[in-house]
Amino acid sequence: MIEENFDAIVVGAGMSGNAAAYTMASHGLKVLQLERGEYPGSKNVQGAIMYANMLEKIIPDFRDDAPLERHLVEQRLWVMDDTSHTGIHYRSDDFNEAKPNRYTIIRAQFDKWFSRKVREAGATVLCETTVTELIRDAKDRVVGVRTDRAGGAIYANVVVLAEGVCGLLGTRAGLRQMPKPQTVALAVKEMHFLPEEVIEQRFGVKGDEGCVIEAVGTTSRSMAGLGFLYTNKESISLGIGCLVSDFAAMVESPYVLLDALKSHPSIRPLIAGSEVKEYSAHLIPEGGYKAIPQLFGDGWVVVGDAAQLNNAIHREGSNLAMTSGRIAAEAIIEVNSRNAPMTKRNLALYKAMLDKSFVVKDLKKYKDMPALLHTNSCNYFTTYPRLMSQAAQNFMRVDGTPKIEKEKATTAAFIKARSRWGLVSDAVRLALAWR
Amino acid sequence: MTIAVTKSRVEDKLYQNRYLVDSGRPHIKVRPHERPSANLLALTHVCPAKCYELNDEGQVEITADGCMECGTCRILCETSGEIEWNYPRGGFGVLFKFG
Repeated sequence: MIEENFDAIVVGAGMSGNAAAYTMASHGLKVLQLERGEYPGSKNVQGAIMYANMLEKIIPDFRDDAPLERHLVEQRLWVMDDTSHTGIHYRSDDFNEAKPNRYTIIRAQFDKWFSRKVREAGATVLCETTVTELIRDAKDRVVGVRTDRAGGAIYANVVVLAEGVCGLLGTRAGLRQMPKPQTVALAVKEMHFLPEEVIEQRFGVKGDEGCVIEAVGTTSRSMAGLGFLYTNKESISLGIGCLVSDFAAMVESPYVLLDALKSHPSIRPLIAGSEVKEYSAHLIPEGGYKAIPQLFGDGWVVVGDAAQLNNAIHREGSNLAMTSGRIAAEAIIEVNSRNAPMTKRNLALYKAMLDKSFVVKDLKKYKDMPALLHTNSCNYFTTYPRLMSQAAQNFMRVDGTPKIEKEKATTAAFIKARSRWGLVSDAVRLALAWR
Repeated sequence: MTIAVTKSRVEDKLYQNRYLVDSGRPHIKVRPHERPSANLLALTHVCPAKCYELNDEGQVEITADGCMECGTCRILCETSGEIEWNYPRGGFGVLFKFG
């Protein structure tokens, strides 16, 4: 179907693929981007929070026309048990700035916009095209891709694999292993539509201000998981995700967890009267630093979720995706400018550049967190949330019990649940993994 | 009874979604088996679209029409060879309006 040879083929039109395609095309490279969805975004799912700094580095004036929902002025971190939540809220008027730091977005709309920028930069974007195979030459170098369209072989100097968390092509080609059930989370989400003024009233925001809630606790039923609620302009994204290994071991249903979250007394009034217009599911890379695969080889690089680049602790994914896509593109541009071949040796530049960025530095900082949370999920996601709620209630409730007795009861409850040694060792392990 | 209620709820959820089903060409297939493994059996609950169901003979069957292409079943069962997993042909499958 396409006879020409491209400088680069980008597989996938999500955050990392669009960042890579835009960066290469705007530097004059001949880029072909292939997307299996009907339109870019039609297969993509995210919470979604978008971090401005990382997009500014790609499209500085994105605020002029990108479809942004609300800029975040308030973040609520909740620990939930069955009837309560204990929270840390941070709200600041400083977040009402000329160029806000974080926005909620709706991916199908955002990705269409990003893809339009990619095309305006000069890339050829072909949708409804599933890449079925990588083409390799006699020396095992990746030289192109085959698609499910007629006559499907297309050749390029380098293939950027921005194929998403499942990473079908790369794993089938043996470039990296398939993600393990304990290194990916399954998240489900619903889009709850409400009038703009109702959202403003319920969350105490005005105009484009937005609020997010992220919650751990008994809502994940002892599994390592997180519930989230993000305010969009006229809708609320509400979802919950847990590790796939936990779902399988506990034989739990994600939609049952989602429905339980929706009926939790702290969440229910926030979504009351809403109209649900979509239900979605997606995997999220959770393995962190230790799950990062080989990132480059002869004729290929891998970026974004396919490279498992996701910061589960800070719930950052799309910014790591965009940044890895941009950096891979910059490495390719650099190699191309020297008229050098896209060999493994030359493309190592991508990893060297990524290692120096916040992407790898952040993941390295938390390299021991996934193992800690996954192996002690019952303590961190059920025992402590219950203890915290009891302690808070004990503190708040006034019933004639002397305060000294209340404090003793709270301390005794913690010791009974985890023992003195258990409490100290949980704290030390958490501190060490966080450090 | 509980199962029936849960099932209707998932179907209600999926009813909101847009799909272009590639009729007669399911992108996921379950290999014939005598008894399903623990992971394959778990999919009857874990699959977010409830595509997997246990038949009267105790085998797991799939109807992939409501599949959201998340890949959970691939992660759990492809390595063991119990399922065959591919993306739908270009343009087919789930079409998220919001994502």
